[in-house]
Amino acid sequence: MSYADYSVGTPVVDKAAPEGPIETRWERRKFSVKLVNPANKRKVKIIVVGTGLAGGAAAATLGEAGYHVTSFCYQDSPRRAHSIAAQGGINAAKNYRNDGDSVYRLFYDTVKGGDFRARESNVHRLAEISRQIIDQCVAQGVPFAREYGGLLDTRSFGGVQVSRTFYARGQTGQQLLLGAYQALERQIHAGTVNMYQRHEMLELIVVEGRARGVVVRDMVTGEISSHLADAVVLATGGYGNVFYLSTNAKGCNVTANWRAHRKGALFANPCFTQIHPTCIPVSGDHQSKLTLMSESLRNDGRVWVPKQLGDTRKPSEIPDAERDYFLERKYPSFGNLVPRDIASRAAKEVCDEKRGVGPSGLGVYLDFEDAITRLGRKAVEAKYGNLFEMYERITGENPYDTPMRIFPAVHYTMGGLWVDYDLQSTIPGLYVAGEANFSDHGANRLGASALMQGLSDGYFVLPVTIGDYLASNKLPEIAPDAPEVVEAEAAVAERVEKLLSINGSRTVDSFHRELGHIMWDYCGMERTEEGLLKAIDLIAELRREFWNNVKVPGTGAELNQSLEKAGRVADFIELGELMCLDALHRRESCGGHFRGESQTEDGEAQRDDENFSYAAAWEYTGSGSAPVLHREELNFEYVHPTQRSYK
Amino acid sequence: MKVNLRVWRQTDPVDKGKMVDYTVEDASEDMSFLELIDVLNEKLILSGDEPIAFDHDCREGICGACSMVIDGQPHGPERATTTCQLHMRKFPDGATITVEPFRAGAFPVIKDLIVDRNAFDKIIQAGGYISANTGSAPEAHSTPVPKAAADRSFAAANCIGCGACVAACPNGSASLFLGAKLTHLGEMPQGQPERWDRVVNMVETHDDAGFGGCTNTGACATACPKEIPLDVISQLNHDYLKATVGGRRKK
Repeated sequence: MSYADYSVGTPVVDKAAPEGPIETRWERRKFSVKLVNPANKRKVKIIVVGTGLAGGAAAATLGEAGYHVTSFCYQDSPRRAHSIAAQGGINAAKNYRNDGDSVYRLFYDTVKGGDFRARESNVHRLAEISRQIIDQCVAQGVPFAREYGGLLDTRSFGGVQVSRTFYARGQTGQQLLLGAYQALERQIHAGTVNMYQRHEMLELIVVEGRARGVVVRDMVTGEISSHLADAVVLATGGYGNVFYLSTNAKGCNVTANWRAHRKGALFANPCFTQIHPTCIPVSGDHQSKLTLMSESLRNDGRVWVPKQLGDTRKPSEIPDAERDYFLERKYPSFGNLVPRDIASRAAKEVCDEKRGVGPSGLGVYLDFEDAITRLGRKAVEAKYGNLFEMYERITGENPYDTPMRIFPAVHYTMGGLWVDYDLQSTIPGLYVAGEANFSDHGANRLGASALMQGLSDGYFVLPVTIGDYLASNKLPEIAPDAPEVVEAEAAVAERVEKLLSINGSRTVDSFHRELGHIMWDYCGMERTEEGLLKAIDLIAELRREFWNNVKVPGTGAELNQSLEKAGRVADFIELGELMCLDALHRRESCGGHFRGESQTEDGEAQRDDENFSYAAAWEYTGSGSAPVLHREELNFEYVHPTQRSYK
Repeated sequence: MKVNLRVWRQTDPVDKGKMVDYTVEDASEDMSFLELIDVLNEKLILSGDEPIAFDHDCREGICGACSMVIDGQPHGPERATTTCQLHMRKFPDGATITVEPFRAGAFPVIKDLIVDRNAFDKIIQAGGYISANTGSAPEAHSTPVPKAAADRSFAAANCIGCGACVAACPNGSASLFLGAKLTHLGEMPQGQPERWDRVVNMVETHDDAGFGGCTNTGACATACPKEIPLDVISQLNHDYLKATVGGRRKK
């Protein structure tokens, strides 16, 4: 039986969200959760893996609540988690601009922006909590941009028509993360959180069907150890690095999630990936990562390519009449601010027509000439100065004088481990927060919503809902030598040994790069049945070769970066297969998932609500063996599914 | 382009370490400095050698992980640029480039170019925060912050915690790092209640961690990839004096 011959299992259902009016669901859920007696909290152990916005916020908040928290990150400090790189901003329905924003509008925009593949209950809660997040971050001293009156400034962002995005120049993620990091360090100082940096989770410990701990490897000494707890939280980010080139940090990986998936947690909507329209184009084979230029640039920059095929004139020599401002032309009401998936695909289209710019022809212009004329160079510099500098450093070109060249790149993954309204996965006691879960963004995430979701999960949702599990279940003490613990540790040791013993002739990076090419070519901006079937074969072949021919130098008992990468790439290969299968089975286009076979007459994504209005949650059945599909049917009681239109 | 590299190799914290020469014949000027090391490492692995260990992560100049001293300067010769954002077009063809780890008493070498910067976290633990438990915050607009204060706070909050200031300082002092956090929080109305305890606790932890004292050479601000202004150290001294000699800190 081939990998593509998946079977269909029983539906998966969210039982945690209350029914009834959506406006009060979160209020009612908070009231219905059982509470852990404050005196008992310090006896309860919770493991949090990852220290980004979701993990850092969750660990700090659980520590403040009095729980006994153990936190892990692979970086040398929790402050370096990749949330730090988010540039543009964070949405909140504060309506400070009096421009008609509201919780309901943010909810509506997010459900619509996600192309009707997200769960309404979760999205509404996210919109409600968005307001509290801003309050919390301001109290922590996050230096948001302010007006002269001392009040907070906001701006508008792709895909919406109100100004609800709070920001700290082009470094909003950095400032929010430092807020969470400092809250976390405060708890470390207070002794409620034990922090293990340079530690990587390599296995989940499941006892009697419940998540009870993790096996980690100390990345400095190579020591493998087990940590036990009453509940485990994974806040380990997204899996964009399956494409090798992405805007993710080099260390971002799917291993923690994939290990949990292998232990029974369902993985939902893996093919929902976001390709960000404004990244710096690839310059050559040595390229190790792609750099995002914040979407906020599209507020003032105009996207264009030459009208003429093969026009090699300098951009300044091409008169306005011979430029095609294709987003403004195709989407007059949203113009350059259409959602990311739409902007990316439009750029791909003009490049496919051979009208792309730059040495590779894979690029479009993002031009600030009008903005500089209109606002003055100083105002443009105040808004985007650091981004312009970054661009110049990488490309050697000055965007004040010549338009930026941009091209889409993998940026965010909407898919992730399946969770219910409480953020609990299908393994009891295993919670998943932030980008690591399949989240609230459906098939496409709106700009400035990732930070919102990470902090919502970490500060406000998870610390409440996890209490319900801890208070409702008797969780017996696990002995450090329990068979499940010993077995998990042995599995990790064996895998490390295996990777080191192959001693083949190809480096880990060469496999990763090849996987990335397959994913980008066949599971990128446009997917087809033929391409996906081919990709599944290619990946299976790559998996076999990896386990026979990878070369990992050094030993397991030392700092060994090749070994770290090898384990991650092995998991990415398995994930890549699942992503292609998920993309293959979803014979519709929606959000970031564009199937060539399913488009409208004018080339827009054509959803098929009759057959695909569900989240696809996959069950692992073994490496390379066909998984089982569990559907979560989605009901839209409030926002009626329509064809998304930004024209 | 061709590049000759002299790289610090050290197998573990107790190894004495040494400089080793390598040549990369087929470098491209569009590569970042870390991509050059990637290319070299691929060759080393295939020829049976150990690749060079180095810290890196975001590769877009914001996480603060990369930590190389290039030709004697932390993060290399470019102003306001982290190693990951330094591109080979800034070097002449045939250049010989020396690469070492950030060196300071408080940053012991772990392996090759990787150092232990955990002391920075310890300094933050001592008070680099505003105590505001989740859920306790008042409405955001109840605390206006004058724009000038917000801007100065932001300029200081820009610090990425990389440690270049320490590596550049002849005394191995982390005063710029310290001053940046104190200025970030001290400019805000929210930061006032803990201001005087914060400065004393952070300075004491800084000194205990083995960082040296500041003698105002200004090397830190020159090396800083985020251009944290040197006057944050004046702010640090000002606050420290007020807290201690000035008696603002109530025991």
